[in-house]
Amino acid sequence: MSTELVIKDLHVSVEDQPIIKGLNLNVKQGEIHALMGPNGSGKSTLANALMGNPFYTIDSGEITIGGVDLLELEPDERAKLGLFLAFQYPTAIPGVTMANFLRMAVSAVRSEDSNGSETTELIPMREFRRELRAKMRQLGVDESFARRYLNDGFSGGEKKRAEVLQLAMLEPKIAILDETDSGLDIDAVRIVGESVNQLIGPNLGVLIITHYPRLLNYIRPQFIHILLDGKVVESGGWELAELLEDKGYDPIREAHGLTETVVEDEPEEALPSLRA
Amino acid sequence: MAEQEKPNETVDIGVSSEYKYGFHDDVKPVFKSRKGLDTEVINEMCDVKEEPDWMRQYRLKAYEIFKQKPDLKWGGDLSDLDYDDIYYYVKASDRVERSWDDVPDDIKKTFDRLGIPEAERKFLAGVGAQYDSEVVYHNIEEELEKIGVIFVDTDTAIREYPDLVKEYFGTVIPSADNKLAALNSAVWSGGSFIYVPPGVKVDYPLQAYFRINSENMGQFERTLIIADEGAEVHYVEGCTAPTFSSESLHSAVVEIICKKGSRVRYTTIQNWANNVYNLVTKRATAYEDAHMEWIDGNLGSKLTMKYPSIYMMEPGAHGEILSIAFATKGQHQDAGGKVIHCAPNTSSRITSKSISKDGGRSSYRGELKVLNGAKGCKSNVECDALILDEDSRSDTYPVIQIDADDVNVGHEARVSKIGEEQLFYLMSRGLSEEEASTMIVNGFIEPLVKELPMEYAVEMNRLIQLQMEGSVG
Ligand SMILES: Nc1ncnc2c1ncn2[C@@H]1O[C@H](COP(=O)(O)OP(=O)(O)OP(=O)(O)O)[C@@H](O)[C@H]1O
Ligand SMILES: [Mg+2]
Repeated sequence: MSTELVIKDLHVSVEDQPIIKGLNLNVKQGEIHALMGPNGSGKSTLANALMGNPFYTIDSGEITIGGVDLLELEPDERAKLGLFLAFQYPTAIPGVTMANFLRMAVSAVRSEDSNGSETTELIPMREFRRELRAKMRQLGVDESFARRYLNDGFSGGEKKRAEVLQLAMLEPKIAILDETDSGLDIDAVRIVGESVNQLIGPNLGVLIITHYPRLLNYIRPQFIHILLDGKVVESGGWELAELLEDKGYDPIREAHGLTETVVEDEPEEALPSLRA
Repeated sequence: MAEQEKPNETVDIGVSSEYKYGFHDDVKPVFKSRKGLDTEVINEMCDVKEEPDWMRQYRLKAYEIFKQKPDLKWGGDLSDLDYDDIYYYVKASDRVERSWDDVPDDIKKTFDRLGIPEAERKFLAGVGAQYDSEVVYHNIEEELEKIGVIFVDTDTAIREYPDLVKEYFGTVIPSADNKLAALNSAVWSGGSFIYVPPGVKVDYPLQAYFRINSENMGQFERTLIIADEGAEVHYVEGCTAPTFSSESLHSAVVEIICKKGSRVRYTTIQNWANNVYNLVTKRATAYEDAHMEWIDGNLGSKLTMKYPSIYMMEPGAHGEILSIAFATKGQHQDAGGKVIHCAPNTSSRITSKSISKDGGRSSYRGELKVLNGAKGCKSNVECDALILDEDSRSDTYPVIQIDADDVNVGHEARVSKIGEEQLFYLMSRGLSEEEASTMIVNGFIEPLVKELPMEYAVEMNRLIQLQMEGSVG
């Protein structure tokens, strides 16, 4: 039976500021969804809240995966249940090689107990190496990656590819890709797109967060969702992506009676010299 | 009067989960001086050791200096240290052993647990192990002897190479250097003596295992390394100690002479029991184009005060000090490094990484001096501190004194905490909070750990893991 990520009437705030305001979304294993929305609409907030980033407060609502309530679970427990987040801005961990980190992570998510209390039994080095090498070859990632320190000094594009490599190694059930295509040149978008495409299959459900239909040319989603004002306001098929590409978010905003959220003007007092 | 007694009960191996090597075997000391120190104790010790008169005089003179020297006014808190409550000399066996087969069984058992013969089989040339105050097992591979390298315990060196010892002993660190150097000079026992002849390169690390194995027993090794012109050697000293409840003092002196064009690397990983005062004086002199490196890892102990130093004596000398300190509950690691540029065109680098956790305190204490006339010197000091929780503490006490022109000196100090973002990132990949923070800490010290010989690097990471266990709720 395929596992499903279910998000019901979710409310999330950041530093007491409500960002996600009643969001509903379901992603099943084997399905590909795209979530699109303007800058600051809360896409990354949603992704972080799903993964359990303590910086984001869940005010109400439900998140379950395969029927298991995620809200009380630590991020590592969520990972062990098969949830994965490819970060928009991956964090550097100096001094920790990609290989050491991945061996630990792969061992952890594959370990039997999901309580996280026991120390992780590492999978045998040879087995791990073989697997890592195979996946790197499959994704066209240079072998030197394995010896580099995790995201430390990586270029924007390398970071994104490292995220995709982790996705490939950890074999989650549901993966959220938060702008895995941003900051990439055209060739890199193609490579990342094709890489993700290779990983897609009946056992992987994907929620792709992106601004550009370009990536979606490689990974064609069955469902497209538009996030505005903290809610999914429209869901549909490929035609939604085309509409956005042509006309932007305005028609959708108007249809839902939303005016563009303008960044508040600086108070005039802040600029006395200009008035003088 | 010497006590002839069995010092301790047998404690079962593996009983202590908090300290890996916290076991204690039942070994009868052959000789044990009474507690405290005076000329009688020193004379008795010389008698038992059958030392030449010059060494007896050296010790007695050092003892006078020790008495006169004021207590150290800097570094950590030594107010609980009672010099009268310490055994200054304990001898576990009356012979220095050369072959593994000759080592008495109960001593062998202890070595077995420390994995020494196995390590030896792998790649070690000589294994010197300190058992109580005396080196009882010391094995030198034949090829070392063939190429003229001397690697013996220092007591043996006094007997077999008196001229060589007399020429260099105490020349780098005189008895009057500081109170603890004076104490060591008065009561030293054991330690390693290494002489590498001109042009000889020893291409595997020479190792010694040190242990404290008797309650209230002071351990005062004296190590002297001489790398003659163009010689190369890497000495590795690993150290484990059993856990005891009363205070224990470890106060070693290490002197190194790097002659013209030589290269010496001295690596130490120390993991003392939580009651040990570890007060060590380490100093090297580097002559023309010589290359000296101290790599120093400090875990455990109640208080460690250790600042390996290098005197750059002639142009072209280069010195490096890499120091790692991990202070946890009830521990103060006061560590760092000193470099004195006495000659022009010499260069140095000090890198220090410290970790404080569960109320532990780590301090970096460094001194960098460029003497008048030492033009064109370069030096870089970098210290990074990682603080794992609110209760823990880290301080930096750098002293920089430049009395020459045209020098290039950099100093950088950083204090950081484990980032929430780093933790979240690793945890989102399935690592528990403890695993994630351990990984971040290991990454933090990695630039130094990768300089260690392979098995020490593994050991270091394992020790860090032990220190991190149960650290997060
Ligand atoms: N870690 C954070 N610290 C402070 N504010 C945050 C943080 N994360 C999100 N916010 C705020 O929440 C709002 C939504 O941000 P979020 O990053 O979720 O938007 P997004 O839809 O991912 O935007 P983008 O397309 O630019 O990535 C913004 O106003 C942002 O400033
Ligand atoms: Mg975002």
